[in-house]
Amino acid sequence: MKERPVLDVSKLPLHGMGTASPAWWGTCTFMLIEGSAFGLAIAVYFYLMSLAPHWPPDAPPPDLFAGTCLTVLLLASVVPNVLVSRWAQQRKLGRVRIGLIVMSLCGMAPLAFRIFEFPAQHVSWDESAYGSIVWTILGLHTVHIITDLIDTLVLACLMFSRHGDNIRRYGDVEDNALYWNFVVIAWLPLYACIYWVPRL
Amino acid sequence: MMIEQRASAATDVDLDDAELDRELDRTWAARTSFWGAIATVDHKVIARRYIATAFVFLVLGGLLALAMRIQLAQPEARFIDAGRYNQIFTVHGSNMMFLFAVPVMEAMAVYLVPLMVGTRNIAFPRLNAFSYWIFLAGGILLWISFALDTAPDVGWFAYVPLSGPEYGAGKRADIWAQMITFTELSALAVAVEIVVTVLKQRAPGMSLDRIPLLVWSMLVMAFVVIMAMPAIMFESSTLIMDRLVGTQFYNPAEGGDVLLWQHLFWFFGHPEVYIIFLPAVGMVSTILPTFVQRPIFGYLPVMMALIATGVLAFGLWVHHMFVVGLPRLGESFFTASSMAIAIPAGVQIFCWLATLWSGRPIFKTPLLFVIGFIITFVIGGLTGVMVASVPFDAQVHDTYFVVAHFHYVLIGGAVFPLIAGIYYWFPKMTGRMMSERLGRWAFWLIFVGFHLTFFPMHILGLQGMPRRIYTYQPEMPWGGLNLLISLSAVILSSGFLVFFIDVARSWSTGRPAGQNPWNASTLEWAMNSPPPRYNFRRIPVVDTRDPLWSGSDELPVASGLRTDRRELLISSVVEALPEARESSPRDSVWPFWAAIATSIMLIWSIFSPWAIVWGSIPIAITLIGWFWPKGIAEDES
Repeated sequence: MKERPVLDVSKLPLHGMGTASPAWWGTCTFMLIEGSAFGLAIAVYFYLMSLAPHWPPDAPPPDLFAGTCLTVLLLASVVPNVLVSRWAQQRKLGRVRIGLIVMSLCGMAPLAFRIFEFPAQHVSWDESAYGSIVWTILGLHTVHIITDLIDTLVLACLMFSRHGDNIRRYGDVEDNALYWNFVVIAWLPLYACIYWVPRL
Repeated sequence: MMIEQRASAATDVDLDDAELDRELDRTWAARTSFWGAIATVDHKVIARRYIATAFVFLVLGGLLALAMRIQLAQPEARFIDAGRYNQIFTVHGSNMMFLFAVPVMEAMAVYLVPLMVGTRNIAFPRLNAFSYWIFLAGGILLWISFALDTAPDVGWFAYVPLSGPEYGAGKRADIWAQMITFTELSALAVAVEIVVTVLKQRAPGMSLDRIPLLVWSMLVMAFVVIMAMPAIMFESSTLIMDRLVGTQFYNPAEGGDVLLWQHLFWFFGHPEVYIIFLPAVGMVSTILPTFVQRPIFGYLPVMMALIATGVLAFGLWVHHMFVVGLPRLGESFFTASSMAIAIPAGVQIFCWLATLWSGRPIFKTPLLFVIGFIITFVIGGLTGVMVASVPFDAQVHDTYFVVAHFHYVLIGGAVFPLIAGIYYWFPKMTGRMMSERLGRWAFWLIFVGFHLTFFPMHILGLQGMPRRIYTYQPEMPWGGLNLLISLSAVILSSGFLVFFIDVARSWSTGRPAGQNPWNASTLEWAMNSPPPRYNFRRIPVVDTRDPLWSGSDELPVASGLRTDRRELLISSVVEALPEARESSPRDSVWPFWAAIATSIMLIWSIFSPWAIVWGSIPIAITLIGWFWPKGIAEDES
């Protein structure tokens, strides 16, 4: 077919930010997948609860200390996370570098508390279905923290390399921050489920 | 100033068509070596591999079906023993669902969606390459285990406790579960690509109400995959955990529940049917208008029906569990919702009939298969409404009636449209037409063979023949019909044989197709056949639902894209207004290595939980290699 140019796109940017970036949409789609998985885990938790004569079965409710500290830490990490995202939007390389180092630490610190969350459940994964689902939820969320931590570490290295000062990287930083927010928000219903539902 | 000049010199503005083709060819070229073939990220090449691999699995699964038919042709046959028979029907079902039907439909999307929305490659093309290798690895895992006599033998839905640690000795059930993980991982990856391609890479002007119906169906399918597949991945992982590290999810003695398995499985399993069926009806809604040479009747109702089907798909799963003793109210609800899904299906069927009625049908092979689909699917849909009723289902559950029903909806509802789609798009994919004469032979053999094979199964089911039995006694009144079915299966297979012969012959000696042999209306017919690596010399600009039927022999296009890097257009979600020029990744071997690392981890984790820890390290390394910028033009912003 003969082609007739009717539109000139040569003035468009070479890379879109935010909703004009496929990577942003890809991140959202992955969050939808992960969100479905977390939702299912919660559904399984309540399903097993509905079958049990009392809940939690043969164990006291989990200790609150480690889990609550982790929750507070995660919530607090949202502040630097939002700041990094904003700096990335403004393309401030120096601040983004520092922010990513801070966010790497914010990814490591919760893991220290997470280690103590497992024994705080007073049940092993192989003792009962209750233990299995609680350990699975904790494990599933831990995998998300670790994944985002590695992502943040690699991004931090990238921003210190010659590839750092590039709109594309700033977009990556924003998407990474978006994903961390998801990891934090997804934890809240899981936390309520694991720690407070047994106390109802 | 220098930079600006260079940038303007590398766009397509001042180039004539031949020069532009040459420039784009260079930018989008793949290396012609072994590693070049491994590294390719061209959606068309990957889709062709996907389709070819899926059809190989179809043939293998078909051979298993024939083996079962030989065994069942007469009472107390000795062709296959009971244990092997269990493996055969398990592998047949798992293979057809997870290694053929879903992948082949997604592969059609991978091939067609970028072409139909007018872009140069799928979104996340490296993820696409990764997904193919993962799919291949999952398929090889299942079939090697079958060859080694260690294949799963617990049925394609692997109900616990049969598949649990107590009864499922060895690694058979683990292989089933991990094959699931492989194929769902690849399906989820493709779903992400389809969603982003459809939402963000449409040609300027292709607003939501101008998207071709096939693309709509693939979009809905992708969302269904995203919402449904996590359930089965959760399930396959927890099954392996129950078997390997002693979790108690499915052990009633420790507070677990076997019905939890069925809920999770069918929460995925019923949408799975629509994951297969939605692309098929999308194909029908695309092929039908071409062969009556008029736009589809009722674009909007058909599109709404696709979305409604996708939503309702999640409200039906319990109808697979009517005999397990659930509360009556729940059963009534799921009966109602199961019958409700007949409404969007009916809307589409009436729109297709109206399209046929108001045009002049041209009875070429693709249209024959489409009509075969409508007839077969209506029969399958009717038995679907029957088994949606609890008292009826209680009678025929686990009998050949159900086997007949789901083969009618899956083969009639998906494979017929798929073959129509192959006949229809083969000219685009290869540049050559398939044979009309062999196509008619294939259609009539498959159509007649199919109905002779599967219709009598309804009667066998009503006579009480259970599914999954490896033999039956001569006193049972089933022998005659079983022999008829087995003989008819030969007719059906010969139809497929003719189809494959046609594909092989036409591939090398078919009549050249040209750009648009069917005079179709959608964008994939606007370029040469097979399409060049970059799909579109210039990105088309769309102002109608049927861009190639606008009455003009000119294609409105956008100019100003760069030619020195792989570049395509990003547009807004609703109106498809251009937002940015985005680069599309170059070829890379990293997705292949990432898939190898992932496969090692997944297979290792059947044997040791530590595989998750140690196996993740190579995956992380390959992913870093994959994403680390290489300082090329595609990285500019």
